[in-house]
Amino acid sequence: MIGIGDQAPEFELQDTDGELQAWETPAVVIFTCNHCPYALAWHDRLMQVARDYVDVHFYAINPNDAERYPRDSFEAMRERVRRDEGWPMPYMHDLTQEVARAYGAKTTPDVFVVDSGGALRYRGAPDADYEDEAQNASWLREALDAMLAGEEIERPETDPVGCSVKWRR
Amino acid sequence: MTVELLWWEGCPSHPEALAELERILREEGVPADVTRVEIEDDEQARRERFPGSPTIRIDGRDIVPPGEGEPYSLTCRVYRRRDGRISPVPDPEDVRDAVRRAA
Repeated sequence: MIGIGDQAPEFELQDTDGELQAWETPAVVIFTCNHCPYALAWHDRLMQVARDYVDVHFYAINPNDAERYPRDSFEAMRERVRRDEGWPMPYMHDLTQEVARAYGAKTTPDVFVVDSGGALRYRGAPDADYEDEAQNASWLREALDAMLAGEEIERPETDPVGCSVKWRR
Repeated sequence: MTVELLWWEGCPSHPEALAELERILREEGVPADVTRVEIEDDEQARRERFPGSPTIRIDGRDIVPPGEGEPYSLTCRVYRRRDGRISPVPDPEDVRDAVRRAA
C-alpha cells in the first residue's frame, strides 16, 4: 500500500482490446468495476475527466475476483466497452489482483493521481457525492489542476467510497 | 407488517437505506420495527435469496423485485432512481409505495 508522495507501482495489464498497456505518467489510476452501483454512478463523470485532461494517461482497472462476480469477467468488461462504443481510457483486468494490492485499493471506485515523476499525489473519491452529478469529479479535477500547475494539492487524500474490492479467496 | 433490511458489510449503503426506510415508515405512520439481517457468506446469501445489499422486504416481498435469474451472492445492489440515475439504494418513492401497499 502506498501513501501520498510514495512512488506509485508501475504495471502492465491487458486492456479489453487485448493490448498490453504500458505505464506512462502523469497518470490517473481508477480501480472500478462493472457491478458496483457506486462505480456506475461515478462512471460518466470519470470518463469526462479523461476526455478533458488529454495530457494525462488514464487507466481503469477492474480488480475484482471474476469467479465470484461473473459480471466483472474480462468478457463482461469487453462487452461493456463495446456497448459504450469505446472508453476514453483502457479498461484492464487485474486478474492476479497484484496491482490492486500494490496500490492498496479498497473500493470501486478508488482513484489515484500520479505525477510525471511517478509519485502519488492524490488518492480517494472522485468527489463528495456519488448522487450529485453537478459535483463533476471536483476533487479529482482539483488535484489534477494543482498537479499540472506545479502547485500543492490542497486535499491530497479523501476517503474512497464504494463497494469493497472483491478479493480472491 | 414485517419489515426487513438485509445487508452485507462489503457495501456501505445500508445505513443510508435504513435511515430512509425508517423515515418513510414514520412519515406514513406505520409503527413497524425494521429487522436487520446481516448476510455474512455466500451460503447464507443463497439461503436467504439475497440478491445484494441492501435488500428491503415488506411482509417477505422485495420492494424492488430483482430480475429473473439474478444470482444470490454477497454484492451491492444496483437500483435505478425514478429519474434514471443509478443508485446503491432504492428510490425513496419506491419504498413509500411498497409501504403503502402493505399498510
